[in-house]
Amino acid sequence: MVALQDLKQISDYEWEIPRTYRQDMRVPVRIFATRRLLEKVMDDNSLEQAVNAATLPGLVGEVLVMPDMHQGYGFPIGGVAATRYPDGVISPGAIGYDINCGVRLLASQISYQDAVDHLSDLASALNHYCPSGVGGKGALRMSEAELDQVCREGSRWALKHSYASEADLRRTEESGRLEGADPDKVSKRAKERGRPQLGTLGAGNHFIEVDVVDHIFDPQAAQVMGLAEGNLVLQIHCGSRGFGHQICTDYVEEFQDAVRRYNIHLPDRELVCAPLSSKEGQSYLAAMRCAANYAFANRQVLAFYARKAFEEVFAGKLHNWQLSQVYDIAHNMGKIETHVIAGKEVKVCVHRKGATRAFGPGAPGLPPEYQVIGQPVLVPGSMGTASWVLVGTEASMQRTFGSTCHGAGRVMSRHKAKREVRGETLRKELESDGIHIRAGSMAGLAEEAPVAYKDVDAVVETVAGAQIARKVARLRPVVVVKG
Amino acid sequence: MSSQAGFREIEHTADWELEVWAPDLPALLEQAARGMNALSGVQIEQGPVQQRSFVLPATDSEKLLVSFLSELLYVQERDGLVFVSFNLTLHEDRLLARVEGVPLHSLDKEIKAVTYHNLRLRQTQRGVEARIVFDV
Repeated sequence: MVALQDLKQISDYEWEIPRTYRQDMRVPVRIFATRRLLEKVMDDNSLEQAVNAATLPGLVGEVLVMPDMHQGYGFPIGGVAATRYPDGVISPGAIGYDINCGVRLLASQISYQDAVDHLSDLASALNHYCPSGVGGKGALRMSEAELDQVCREGSRWALKHSYASEADLRRTEESGRLEGADPDKVSKRAKERGRPQLGTLGAGNHFIEVDVVDHIFDPQAAQVMGLAEGNLVLQIHCGSRGFGHQICTDYVEEFQDAVRRYNIHLPDRELVCAPLSSKEGQSYLAAMRCAANYAFANRQVLAFYARKAFEEVFAGKLHNWQLSQVYDIAHNMGKIETHVIAGKEVKVCVHRKGATRAFGPGAPGLPPEYQVIGQPVLVPGSMGTASWVLVGTEASMQRTFGSTCHGAGRVMSRHKAKREVRGETLRKELESDGIHIRAGSMAGLAEEAPVAYKDVDAVVETVAGAQIARKVARLRPVVVVKG
Repeated sequence: MSSQAGFREIEHTADWELEVWAPDLPALLEQAARGMNALSGVQIEQGPVQQRSFVLPATDSEKLLVSFLSELLYVQERDGLVFVSFNLTLHEDRLLARVEGVPLHSLDKEIKAVTYHNLRLRQTQRGVEARIVFDV
């Protein structure tokens, strides 16, 4: 296991595991953390998993680990790895089962004072309109041909079916559609699972949350995003549901044989990979993009229903109750991007697993209004604690392949959280703090208790201190809907 | 349940990990399936017992373990069944599985996937053992 003395401290916020730590490492590991945050993860396997990730063929730069890191499976949560395109590899396990799990933020002009008496109704309406829970199925019933369209078009499918506006798409990563998605590379089984689940939240750590903009750190950026102190905003956190889970399962299985064919030796079978240029690598990339597009459409449909909930509660009572999109961003994805490495532009496949894209000002693909301030980065906290809105920086482009943290990061096992926290007690505590909770399962609520997570403020202070993101606004939850 | 076969949950920061042991591979698969049911907190309801049969390649034991559990998860979601009875036979390089399920009432927790993370079947005094990490 990696020990603190194996790490070289670079600054108050950065550490390195040198390539010499283990013979099979191809690149060093760069960790963004304060000593305190680092000490919290020394007894889980996140750093060992980062060292394992550093053995993937074709890596460029360093394997990066964000301050919200925790152990996952194969690749650590909070990990970023870039492989040279097209001769490097792509690894489904380094992206995760919930492909394009991500966060969407919508802003309103509703003040907390005007809304406070209606928040319980709003929680119930959101819970009613946005299906959630284990294996939950939505109101949409799609044929396989329609699902194929969602795979190819992502949020553009939602626009065609009146679930979205052009403004929503403009303020979504990649305009809500990755090029190169091919539904023929997706199994029948994945499609069978995906068809009934579009427009559903799912369970686990996924949620819909209404927050109040608690404090603004960057007034100019906040104004561009439409965020004003004291106003309500809405967050949606979910991904590609059973569709993405099945695609990852299928390709992790298929790649078990691919690594033998390509003579790739890895320390963990969950890291299986294939060259990006290979038939297997291209097939996974095309299937993964289908799941990414499905997830963009999923959050778009959920946003449509969340808007219905706002309309039901506030229309006729307030003038400006509409929700406008701030941004939608993935934190589990593999993307082909161009970055400057050692002074040269290099095309790479950036694997982000529990890490958010954080493009700085002027980066390609950002809408005109974000060209000046940088791309919004959405960092949800644990339930009942603050969430953050950040922006990408020039430093994130130069040093982290345009990436930063994605959340608070767990420190306590679900088992222990359930032993130590009673869901019903937690619900009452949160309600007494003015947070309205709607949860499908009290056991599930206990697992997601704030005590099971790191302090999101400390995570954000770290990325801000390391300059790989800049603070814009802090959000305080007032309604939480969980599956 | 034989005391020579069983399962227990291992602490894992974010996901779920299960230690499983049994005298032989088919019994290990059964214990892993029962452990997976216990982890996700399945509740069953009254209804007819339904049979399902499937065949999986068995040349790679770790891969078989992941494929077997993934198959059960998939059928559970598709047909709303909880598998409670297992007739598993290894025949040459294949597993012949005949399983019986009862209607699923509810689940506490959704398992997204069965992973290969650090998966290794070990021969021990108890027979065969494995640790399995589930993505939840």
